[in-house]
Amino acid sequence: MKEKILDVKDLCVNFKTHNGNVQAIRGASFDLYKGETLAIVGESGSGKSVTTKVLMGILAKNGEIASGEALYKGVDLCKLTKKQFVAFRGKEIAMIFQDPMTSLNPTMTIGKQIKEAVLEHTKLKRHDAKLRTLELIELVGITNPEERYRQYPHQLSGGMRQRVVIAIALACEPKILIADEPTTALDVTIQSQILELIKSLQKQIGLSIIFITHDLGVVANMADRVAVMYAGKIIEYGTVEEIFMSPAQPYTWGLLASVPDMANKDIDLYSIPGAPPNLLYPPKGDAFALRSEYALKIDFEEEPPLFKITDTHYAATWLLDERAPKVEMPESLKKRAQAMAKEALAYGSK
Amino acid sequence: MIKYIGRRLAIAIVTLLTILTLLFVLLEFMPGSPFNDEKLSDSQKEILYEKYGLDQPLPVRYKTFMINVITKGDFGVSYAIEKNAEVSKIIDKRLPLSIRFGLQALILGSVVGVILASIAALNRNTIWDTMTTAFSVLGISIPSYVFALGLSYFLGYKLTKATGVSYFPMTFDLYKPFKSSILPTIALSMFVIATVARFMRTELVEVLGSDYVLLAEAKGLNSKKIIFRHAMRNALIPVVTVLGPLTVSLMTGSLVIERVFGIPGIGDLLVTAISVNDFNIIIAVSFYYSIFYILMQLFIDILYGIIDPRIRVSKGGQS
Repeated sequence: MKEKILDVKDLCVNFKTHNGNVQAIRGASFDLYKGETLAIVGESGSGKSVTTKVLMGILAKNGEIASGEALYKGVDLCKLTKKQFVAFRGKEIAMIFQDPMTSLNPTMTIGKQIKEAVLEHTKLKRHDAKLRTLELIELVGITNPEERYRQYPHQLSGGMRQRVVIAIALACEPKILIADEPTTALDVTIQSQILELIKSLQKQIGLSIIFITHDLGVVANMADRVAVMYAGKIIEYGTVEEIFMSPAQPYTWGLLASVPDMANKDIDLYSIPGAPPNLLYPPKGDAFALRSEYALKIDFEEEPPLFKITDTHYAATWLLDERAPKVEMPESLKKRAQAMAKEALAYGSK
Repeated sequence: MIKYIGRRLAIAIVTLLTILTLLFVLLEFMPGSPFNDEKLSDSQKEILYEKYGLDQPLPVRYKTFMINVITKGDFGVSYAIEKNAEVSKIIDKRLPLSIRFGLQALILGSVVGVILASIAALNRNTIWDTMTTAFSVLGISIPSYVFALGLSYFLGYKLTKATGVSYFPMTFDLYKPFKSSILPTIALSMFVIATVARFMRTELVEVLGSDYVLLAEAKGLNSKKIIFRHAMRNALIPVVTVLGPLTVSLMTGSLVIERVFGIPGIGDLLVTAISVNDFNIIIAVSFYYSIFYILMQLFIDILYGIIDPRIRVSKGGQS
């Protein structure tokens, strides 16, 4: 279980825009162990998707990896050229996208789209590739594979299409699966089906999964470990229990507190005040300081390093420094967060 | 599908009959007659009218005309251009030439247009993109006869004068059909190139930014496969839409181009016929144009279904 399969160190990504350099990722580090699910959570614009695009080598043209490395089997993915990446994409690392309604080619049959991925990375003959495709269609829980093989995306529902997208991702038995908010565009009932499917596939195939989401309920359900991303940095990471039961970063507190509480409907929904910083001009010190009521003076001057809490739990906040005043998560937030965590963890263990 | 085509053909026949009637009636209201020659005396004119049956009342002539056209494809004889020659034979002789130029221009235009569009879309916001856009705007806004005159002046006349060798003949020569068709084909295809390039570029840019192209990339396909298997076909869908208007522009363009280059096609025939009031030829050529346009529309609709499965007419009408 404890074999490291991916090691991302100090990743920095800039985007050149008309207004200047946007520092979308400012030194993110995380690792992924074999067979585990790592959830990366954060607000929109925190750099979750950009991170995955780096790992897939599909960064937009104006994006540039300024520094850092992403080691996979001893190969630094950040140093690969476009051409070299072609061999990795799909074969070693595959990806499921957010919106199944638009991520399939409308003018190509389902079968062809899956078979194309099979043919690309295996040496199978056409006929065998077709058999493999039918196998994949069944694997992702679609009945009547023969009939579905000949159908076009518009003849399938959203959930079905997402299953097809998963089948495409699994076509070449990748080692790492990146799921970029795979259930955001789906109905709630379909969501849980797709999550169950991903979980069972993980067990069957032994995939390592990077799960990008902003839905903490899904995180509790899916993840072994959680990394919280904010303004292009990973500001806290730990096991799912650690993050939900004893979060250390004020931003993580805010995230947990802002999940709606279904049990107490009369409580106003909590939201983190302010907005994420403009990464054209990244703030000095702790990027969250401006929005945080627990900000210390040093937060505006110097960036906090990652403080070790346990062997698996790290957080970047000066509150963990021994000189800092002892601040606890406010009682009301704590209650909310823990109620939420319990609910979510209970849901996850189902 | 067969039922669908059948229904479309039935509608086409009704449309054509209406067009035929309209043409006949409209020409009836035109001033002048084929026998406007000053040298003819009134009695001579009367003899001519009688000879061609033009002295009959309108309903009788309409009936004879319709019966002849529908049953025998007979549009009568020419009154002025080739006296007493059967109109259908005159057209048969000239039609292949016009079709040849039309097709050459359409194929050249589409191919070059698609290539230009691809270059522009793949090199977005570069000098190539700007140049293609500029070219498209010029190609759409400048009428084809300007190109025709420009080409024949510079490449046909000046170049021949400067080098002493006629690379691009200024006029059409039946014995050198390919060489002498180069200039008119280019002139005629300018509008096609410009229109196709413009539409295809916009569409390709959009398709290349779509999620399914990203997914294709994530599959590990190289960019050649992505463009040919995934992007092209989807980008072609809206281009098919402009094929209709393009056909019209080719037909109207051919009227002028055939004149400029002295090509004995039906466009040239129609222009001459209008100037000498050769009614039967005007009706026949206009009618051929209508048939061609209607068939083109049908072809475009079928093409849609082939390219885009979402609008394919399905069995039993579901989905």
